[in-house]
Amino acid sequence: MDIAIIVGLDVISGIASLVLISAGLAVIFGMMKIINLAHGEFLMLGAYATVLSVSAGVNIWFAMLVIAPVFVGLVGVIVERCLIQFLYGRLVDTMLATWGLSLVIVGGTTMIFGNTIVGVSSPLGGFQVGAYQSSLYTPFLALMAIFLMTAVFGVMRYTRAGLIARAVMQNPEMAATLGVNPARVYMATFGAGAAMSGLAGGLLAPVAGVVPTMGAAYIAKAFITVVGGGTSLLWGLISASGLFGFINQIAAFLTTPVFGEVILFVAAVVLIRMLPTGIAGRFFKGRL
Amino acid sequence: MQILNGMTGALIGSAIAAVAIIVAPFFVDLFQIMQLTVFAAMAVLALSLGFIWGYGGILCFGQTSFFGLGAYAYAVSAINFGDSTPAILLAILVPVVFAALLGYFMIYGGISDVYLGVITLTVSLILFNLVNSTAGDFYKIGDARLGGFNGMPGVPTFNLPGNPGYILTPEQAWMVTGIALILVYLGLRVLIASSFGRIIIAIRENETRAALLGYDPRIYKLITFMIGGAIAGFAGALYVNWGAFVSPTIFALGLSAQIIIWVIIGGRGTLIGPVIGCLLLQWMVTEIGAQQALDANFILGAILIVFVLLVPKGIAPTLRGLALSRLARTEAAPPETRVKVKT
Repeated sequence: MDIAIIVGLDVISGIASLVLISAGLAVIFGMMKIINLAHGEFLMLGAYATVLSVSAGVNIWFAMLVIAPVFVGLVGVIVERCLIQFLYGRLVDTMLATWGLSLVIVGGTTMIFGNTIVGVSSPLGGFQVGAYQSSLYTPFLALMAIFLMTAVFGVMRYTRAGLIARAVMQNPEMAATLGVNPARVYMATFGAGAAMSGLAGGLLAPVAGVVPTMGAAYIAKAFITVVGGGTSLLWGLISASGLFGFINQIAAFLTTPVFGEVILFVAAVVLIRMLPTGIAGRFFKGRL
Repeated sequence: MQILNGMTGALIGSAIAAVAIIVAPFFVDLFQIMQLTVFAAMAVLALSLGFIWGYGGILCFGQTSFFGLGAYAYAVSAINFGDSTPAILLAILVPVVFAALLGYFMIYGGISDVYLGVITLTVSLILFNLVNSTAGDFYKIGDARLGGFNGMPGVPTFNLPGNPGYILTPEQAWMVTGIALILVYLGLRVLIASSFGRIIIAIRENETRAALLGYDPRIYKLITFMIGGAIAGFAGALYVNWGAFVSPTIFALGLSAQIIIWVIIGGRGTLIGPVIGCLLLQWMVTEIGAQQALDANFILGAILIVFVLLVPKGIAPTLRGLALSRLARTEAAPPETRVKVKT
């Protein structure tokens, strides 16, 4: 029984972390149809922002919930203005440019901070399930994932900005003829996506080793989730995270975490063969 | 100009290069020969991506998957057989089978370019994690221990076919690698000039139109992808032969990025471009490695961004375009403009 609870917690935490690490990527992909290959580095920047703020004496909650997303969001807006805006309509070139950006960020961070692991300690304690010990940070991550999804849903569904964003997502040309400037929407989207990645990076900082190359450890799962989910922003992310998080954790429990990732990937490739537009492209077509 | 663009030019150039490769050991010291050997092995890898991306239009971000699988297949079988000839064949066969499986799911699933790029990149990331985790005695194939992140040292290098006792010297290994590069280049030139090559270029240009003309784009793309996998796997064997060592970093993201950069810099849609891009970048990375101030990734990323923004076609097509337009200007300019230029 206890082990069932622990595995259940693992599954929840797996799904929650998939939602968190993929959200920024999914928002940018859903709106702009591009995959940001510097996504892992945005996570890494969020984690560094948190660690550096904490060591400068800032409260850890403030550091990871405010400083990390704001900082990385600003980075995202700058990147969009200086790089992405020149490549609209050239999807492949955009991916290549973000890949170059990813290398630049990794190289730059290595030059500044060196290739050593830094970290902060987890701010929450643990709790006991029978003979097993679990961290309170896990349910906190799950709450953050739910909060993030609710916030995205609320903004997209009930605000004017969300209405404009959905219009651009459905048909940029039509939205432009109605007086919306898609370029500005894309800039805001890229900033928001980057901010979400920064938040995820900040939340990961206490549970991950923070190094310049840490992004590579997360992007494989994030890519799989977003590709499996499809271009629907919210339902794609939720359904893919749910399915893949479940498969990944169960497989990791039965084998090793690395084989869990391999099995996750095989499942995703088979899924792509059957549903080339992703889960949401098939079942949640036209929804958020 | 016309002749140099054609097959004759490729043959003459290859013959000159082959002579240079054979005489090089008499003029260059051993360290540089070793350096050139790894450059040539990597250039074969560059050709594999240059072919499937530039001609097949398949955006593969994880060409290192096949390169690494070939390298590991070579290392494992060379240790087990003690003979490099079947090991080289396996280094080609294993990646081809893997490319066939992966390519079937992606290409027959009809996914977009963006998805294909992301999935191939993910494959290389996962293979990296997977091979990295194979430390310990549990993970061995026959006599070969995979060794996890430490890699596999002491892999037997190439021997004379049929005579495992005769190991090639570094100079001979250099000649084999250099000649292999030329043969792969010429083989691809012939393939591109054949009807198969024309069909895959037609598919790259317009998939729907090619399909309406009766060619199934999926099977042609899959075969292209498999050929790319075979060449990359062969490059992996050449690479292991150079260092007698293979480790999981062969699957790492940095190398995947470098292959893309070679092809971007050299130019998509040419074969000589990726080779030039590869040699240039390899040389540059070696030079950067000699100093400490600048990180190689930083420079590589900056180069990639600059080329995507400013020279999206790459060096070779841009130079050719410049040369052709200058030629066209001097030859085809009407007389009155010529007079204008003079005055």
